Amino acid sequence: MLRSSLRQVSAALKEGRVTPTELCQRCLALIKSTKFLNAYITVTEETALKQAEESEKRRKRGQPLGILDGIPIAVKDNFNTAGIETTCASNMLKGYISPYNATVVQKLLDQGAVLLGKTNLDEFAMGSGSTDGVFGPVRNPWSYSKQYKEKSVPKSHSEDEEYNWVITGGSSGGSAAAVSSFTCFAALGSDTGGSTRNPAAHCGVVGLKPTYGLISRHGLIPLVNSMDVPGILTRCVDDAAVLLGSLAGHDPKDSTTIQDDFKPFELPDLPDVSKLSIGIPKEYHAPGLSSEILSLWSKAADLFKNAGAKVVEVSLPHTRYSIVCYHVLCTAEVASNMARFDGLEYGHRSDVKDSTESMYAATRREGFNDVVRGRILSGNYFLLKQNYEKYFVKAQKVRRLIANDFGKVFGSGVDILLTPTTLSDAVPYTEFIQEDNRTRSAQDDILTQAANMAGLPAINVPTALSERGLPVGLQFIGRSFQEKQLLTVAKWFEKQVQFPVIQLEEAERHDNGVFQHQKSASFS
Amino acid sequence: MRVLSLGRWLRAGRVPPREPASRPSGHRHSGHRPQGPPQQKVSVEVLEHLEHLALVDFRDSEGVERLQKAIQFADQLHEVNTDGVEPMDSVLEDRCLYLREDDVTEGNCTKELLENARETVEEYFVAPPGNIPLVKLEGQKTFLQGSK
Repeated sequence: MLRSSLRQVSAALKEGRVTPTELCQRCLALIKSTKFLNAYITVTEETALKQAEESEKRRKRGQPLGILDGIPIAVKDNFNTAGIETTCASNMLKGYISPYNATVVQKLLDQGAVLLGKTNLDEFAMGSGSTDGVFGPVRNPWSYSKQYKEKSVPKSHSEDEEYNWVITGGSSGGSAAAVSSFTCFAALGSDTGGSTRNPAAHCGVVGLKPTYGLISRHGLIPLVNSMDVPGILTRCVDDAAVLLGSLAGHDPKDSTTIQDDFKPFELPDLPDVSKLSIGIPKEYHAPGLSSEILSLWSKAADLFKNAGAKVVEVSLPHTRYSIVCYHVLCTAEVASNMARFDGLEYGHRSDVKDSTESMYAATRREGFNDVVRGRILSGNYFLLKQNYEKYFVKAQKVRRLIANDFGKVFGSGVDILLTPTTLSDAVPYTEFIQEDNRTRSAQDDILTQAANMAGLPAINVPTALSERGLPVGLQFIGRSFQEKQLLTVAKWFEKQVQFPVIQLEEAERHDNGVFQHQKSASFS
Repeated sequence: MRVLSLGRWLRAGRVPPREPASRPSGHRHSGHRPQGPPQQKVSVEVLEHLEHLALVDFRDSEGVERLQKAIQFADQLHEVNTDGVEPMDSVLEDRCLYLREDDVTEGNCTKELLENARETVEEYFVAPPGNIPLVKLEGQKTFLQGSK
């Protein structure tokens, strides 16, 4: 049952085949068994069980709050959660207990969702591997899957298995690992440069980045105010649509959310793509793209063509500058956003007492890791009076060019863009840490970043397993606020590829086989 | 499976050699060689100024190296021709920002807000004395000071 989708388990709850408390207990037990993944920073066992009990009472009375009532979910640790430690995987906020709930968290709780805990990430969501937080790196559950182990060169003893584990991608790696290892049915991440879609691709789950302005950022500890969005991670596209329906909409506490009415939607059972035009941006054939992913991308394009869709090659000429542009804008906004951490009102405070400035400097020195400090310093450099026009304003102009590229392509009749999500499947941790954070981010974000520049919705759909037995996903980018169309195409694609279920020993042990028959239907 | 004739690049199956992230691969827009101006080292004055502005220090030469690389990376922006292009602040620029009525709807949470601070006195956050320029103590000499 833990391996079923959110909608399936919600139906089971409704029919009384399982109770919210049972479900919660099973998830908590599985979290304990999969502790080695390091996906969770905080597990809120007591409050989760309490919430599950409340949900059970409501369901017994026949008054569930909705489809999410009693569903265990996890939230990335850069969302504020009242009464629960929120750390952003940083020393700066260790021990910080939020006094309020982020709007998205509040919305989930209002609908009866059960919050299992806060998931691990890169420090302050800066990174593409979920390896740079103070609580340690997150391990990809697929490292322990039968599929990956079968493909690895057999080692002489099990110790070497430890060495082989692969990263989850980042920065919402904990959330992706939590969903992928069946410890929860959905998780919240955040997406600034691909931080939801990248780990989704590496962990074989659906990762949705909504349009900027659709979902409230109130309570999401900001990285880049003009590009951040809360991200949704689920095991299938239908579940993502359910989450989106619960979270989207104007929030008076976030003035960057649009005021248009949002109508939650259900996706058609038999999506039809024959009337659509799919664009293949040639610049996304980036240097370093693995031949496996290239061939999957090509096969996917064929799938659409065979279904009657119009598949065309398009051009987004400024794609190669999106990473440079992001680098400047991100560091500039980070320099500004991180200024709030001075130790006075919350968070870590140094013992230095001589002056305000020396206390601030010491606090920040002690609280931030190298990655964060590096970005703050770079950001301040680009914002210096002598550099402002040359770098910051220039980057803003390039941003417009990138956004215009998309505008032109969508204006010419293309409905959805199809691109790879990552350059390769997940790399082993030992290999990943050989390069520094900035280099890695620059390499890994190249396919996902531009969508954040332009504020467009994008989704990763797990497509197939690589030769090493690890997941590979493809990305769809849609028009602003056209999530319904985007998710419809994604759902159609998901049905076509029949991505295999991860065979994880721990999950199989915890499952009672109630949904065994479902499993065989989705094996590829 | 029928191979889609989308372009030779898609069928070729050959991946171009991976280029390092910092080297531009010849964008044809501006018409001049993609080498950029010669790399200038950031002066110690600017580095100190940055440390003071940001209130974080470079810690060691690696930190300074990182900044140099970051600047070098960012210099690629200059290849793009942005004549006549307006800077973009937000993707929602063609909409009006939401402004709500000036009514008090929440507040009175002094206790909760003070709980997270380490040093408070009654309803005040306590800070060390201000208006004192940032002087490094003996033990806290940064790398930059040491290198002067």
